Amino acid sequence: MAGFRAAVVTFPGSNCDRDMAVALEKVSGTAPIRVWHGDADLPDRLDFIALPGGFSYGDYLRSGAMAANSPVMRSVKAAAERGVPVLGVCNGFQVLTEAGLLPGALMRNAGQNFICRTVALGVENTQSLFTSGYENGATVHIPVAHHDGNYFADDATLDRLEGEGRVAFRYLEAVNGSQRQIAGILNEAGNVLGMMPHPERAIEQDHGGTDGRALFESAVRALAGATA
Amino acid sequence: MKVRVHVSLKPGVLDPQGRAVHHALQGLGFEGVSDVRVGRTIELDVADSTTDEALDEMCRKLLANMVIENYRIEKPETV
Repeated sequence: MAGFRAAVVTFPGSNCDRDMAVALEKVSGTAPIRVWHGDADLPDRLDFIALPGGFSYGDYLRSGAMAANSPVMRSVKAAAERGVPVLGVCNGFQVLTEAGLLPGALMRNAGQNFICRTVALGVENTQSLFTSGYENGATVHIPVAHHDGNYFADDATLDRLEGEGRVAFRYLEAVNGSQRQIAGILNEAGNVLGMMPHPERAIEQDHGGTDGRALFESAVRALAGATA
Repeated sequence: MKVRVHVSLKPGVLDPQGRAVHHALQGLGFEGVSDVRVGRTIELDVADSTTDEALDEMCRKLLANMVIENYRIEKPETV
């Protein structure tokens, strides 16, 4: 879709920002705007904001903790509150929980190891603007690459997430010790998605699979629908 | 004044690091260790006028993640 105005935020230590930008451009046809963590203001009229994977600020203190307090995050929070779609992948998911845009926390993997492989995920919610392109109950294969992907929230929060259909993706195998095998969650309004697996690494056949593509296609289509 | 902030995982939150350290201690032959929890200590050098409220706020906003962690502030008179 021409004119899909997306931004990819780069923090010091982000390393999946380029992959994210390439994925967004491949799917939407428009190159996203690259934003630096120290920018206090985001470009205006954004259709989509992506917080990429990596090791922002060297994972100092806690993964995502420093980035969550960087200048650009104030604008990201304000945009999220206005309803702008925000996708956080891997470190981006950690940043979203640390910033309070999503509930819970991502702890060290239960097995202590960094896990880097393709995992099977169940798509649990196909109503969201990020997941409408998947079939109900679909199984998708998307790579994970993380050390701190062990999702934790108290039981009341987990029950609420499940009851409100906010678990977007669930691991179909034991991966990292996540409570209820949660791999990705939505905020209450449904415009913020955080997930540990990397959909931007599953866009082309050469990546080994294209199961991540539907996520970006869903977002582009949601915007086209909204502005049609 | 120098202030120490001790950050620890809340009771009930699984501590994979602590578990690994526990296994390592057992591997070294130390007996009678029933549990290990790993936390962190943060030392701050702050103005003497810094209030307890301000220190609390630093902990809640950044130094600890209140979803999974507790904190304890140790001030000079108690050091």
